[in-house]
Amino acid sequence: MYGKGILKGLGVTWKRYWNTYIEDLAWFFRRLTGGQKRYYTPEGVARRTSPDTRGIFTIQYPEEKLPTPEEFRYIPFLVYDETETDEKAVRCTSCGICAKVCPPQCIWIVRTNDPKTGKPVPVPAEFYIDADICMNCGYCAEYCPFDAIKMDHDYEIASYDRNVLNMQDLLKSADYYASIRPENATREDEARRAKEAAKAAKAAAA
Amino acid sequence: MAIQIPQTETTPAEAFDLSARFPGAVVADGRPGYSGWIVNKDSLIEVATFLRDEMSYDLLSSVTGVDYLPEEKMEVVYQAYKTTGGPGIFFKVQVPRVDPIEVPSVIHIWSGADLQEREIWDLYGIKFTGHPDLRRILTWEGFAGHPMRKDWQEGFYEEDTKPFKSRWPEGKFVSSEEKNPFSDNLKFPDKFDPERWTPTDPEEALYASLKKAVTKNEEGLETEQIIVNMGPQHPSTHGVFRAVVVLDGETVTSLKPVMGYLHRNHEKIGERNTFLQNMPYTDRLDYFNSMSNNWGYALAVEKLMGIEVAERAEYIRVIMAELSRIQNHLIWVGMMLNDLGTYFTPALYAFEERELILDVFEAASGSRMMCNYYRFGGVVRDVPAEAFEKIKGLVYDRLPGKIEEFERFLSENEVLLSRLVGVGYLSTEDAIATSTTGPVLRASGVPYDIRRADPYGIYDRFDFDVVTRPESDMYARYVVRIEEMRQSLRILEQAIKGIPEGPVLSAKPVYQVRVPAGEAYGRIESPKGELGFYVISNGKPNPWRYHVRAPSFINLTALELMCVGNKVADFVAILGAIDIVLGELDR
Repeated sequence: MYGKGILKGLGVTWKRYWNTYIEDLAWFFRRLTGGQKRYYTPEGVARRTSPDTRGIFTIQYPEEKLPTPEEFRYIPFLVYDETETDEKAVRCTSCGICAKVCPPQCIWIVRTNDPKTGKPVPVPAEFYIDADICMNCGYCAEYCPFDAIKMDHDYEIASYDRNVLNMQDLLKSADYYASIRPENATREDEARRAKEAAKAAKAAAA
Repeated sequence: MAIQIPQTETTPAEAFDLSARFPGAVVADGRPGYSGWIVNKDSLIEVATFLRDEMSYDLLSSVTGVDYLPEEKMEVVYQAYKTTGGPGIFFKVQVPRVDPIEVPSVIHIWSGADLQEREIWDLYGIKFTGHPDLRRILTWEGFAGHPMRKDWQEGFYEEDTKPFKSRWPEGKFVSSEEKNPFSDNLKFPDKFDPERWTPTDPEEALYASLKKAVTKNEEGLETEQIIVNMGPQHPSTHGVFRAVVVLDGETVTSLKPVMGYLHRNHEKIGERNTFLQNMPYTDRLDYFNSMSNNWGYALAVEKLMGIEVAERAEYIRVIMAELSRIQNHLIWVGMMLNDLGTYFTPALYAFEERELILDVFEAASGSRMMCNYYRFGGVVRDVPAEAFEKIKGLVYDRLPGKIEEFERFLSENEVLLSRLVGVGYLSTEDAIATSTTGPVLRASGVPYDIRRADPYGIYDRFDFDVVTRPESDMYARYVVRIEEMRQSLRILEQAIKGIPEGPVLSAKPVYQVRVPAGEAYGRIESPKGELGFYVISNGKPNPWRYHVRAPSFINLTALELMCVGNKVADFVAILGAIDIVLGELDR
């Protein structure tokens, strides 16, 4: 019969149309029993991003946002530790590996030189990232040996101007880093502590 | 529907001695790290004909140029394969680097050389004698010089190789726009005034290359054929692609693709980059399949470095590449239907599944589309446990049903059938001669899939069918892709079952890899066809040559053959059925 294929196809759209209402009904009962809502709630978003999702699929941005996974990467920042005297101890030693590995070459680092001896000091004097050129590849964070530069989770940075980020813009605390990447931060802290302990043990032995 | 073809024969390409067959005209390439044969320029046609007709190297996969500036030589590298499978043969022609540089064209032996030879002329300035339509292809007609030559410098030129010395330790930030204001970064040929340039003159060569005729009907009434420009700003062309079509009434009689509107000289950037820095740039080629692109490049460099890939990473690579094949084919079905006029319903159904797959990519690699996930010797990090559960949920529960649903939704639709069946015919001979690969070639009845014909990674461990259809029309291309998604699911199921525990990187991650001198060609079966990376290292941190054999680009060689005789409205669908991505096409 001519038109059978079309009807079959329309059956699929028909089913999809009803799926939304079936899903609505399921959420209605969930709301009655557990108070869970379909929209503007984490469980609603989780349901719509799971392999079991059906019916309406879209996320109501900006009221709802997709959860960013831990490894999500967007524009680097520099990590500092807070010292006991409330100063910012920048982890970066201005070794330049991030500037060398950067594929679009968007990182500029000015190394500090000791005014007396003229020898380099392991602290950056200036640190620029041209965020318009940055391609968010994550190499700087990946190859930094001091866990000093990390990729951010904040993707809402649209602006009317050019975004050349300097030290002030780039510095973010280690607590912030631990809040966006808890697993990575814990793993790296443990590794660093083990390294320091090994170093201390070696120094004590010698 | 699916044909099981035997595993590839094991005869190496070097089993016969080409130099003995052509004494004096062919010598083995003896440079360290190189392989293949160096053919005398005057014997090229004879050797190429022999290879095609007697050795059955019927598929000319890639032609590319190399500029050996220190040796004052230009080289044209040919890579030919057999559609029955097995390793290919490399042969090269070397010519002195003095203009005019001339090499005979092989277009009459393999017509797939057409666009590639034009590209070499454009980028390297090597003239192919005997090529019927040797015009610039990626750069514009008024372009000065040939940009891939080693002594050519771009407007924003800073240094020959990255990392640039100005970045560290005295990184004085200067915005590149301040250094090179717009209009100063362009170069024009002598006596060329951009103010007075009108687009008529260079276009004449393009229009002249089209077959145009005046036809008469029975009453002697003359009908002039008209030229229609489809694109570059046209919703059907998937980006800034342009096709010049000659129409007799509504019927296409001749067609030329015009491209390069998105050209950024990816290969020149690649030669400035270090080996590792190229990886995120490959994401930007075919931006639907960054996972596959990474693999092709990693494969070429791993061959050069001679390193093994960690076992777990091999499985992760297969899982990611097959997921990306599924989402590419899904989106192809959706966009194809858009081209046919079913405005966005199938496309959005496809996007739903694609978003779920991209969630997995994001969790593993950190980005949905620009994954940058593969490293030399493995992948950057393991797949997180929740993401792996999501992959299982998709592969076992969701996707099989959804592919079934797509079939129910579309495959028997009478309107779809009337638009696709018998339209865009490409015969098996033409498909092979024009070097098409991927679903286009398989829909023309050739069971050629690199995963089976010349296995890379661990594809030789998986049980799957190479999907082919003999009909050679657009419906066959549709069916091949639907069926390929099922085969991908089969591979995924086996890979999920077989994945071992262990490290995902075989070597220590270093930011500056050491790559021994030599050449390597890494090719993979990307969802769009054969994606190849030809990389030459001279032992330095940056590749000497970095060439991308883009399936979207080379598959377009067959566009005219598919379109001639069909209606102009079908051109939109035929182009859609090839599956092009402009990021890869224009590079």
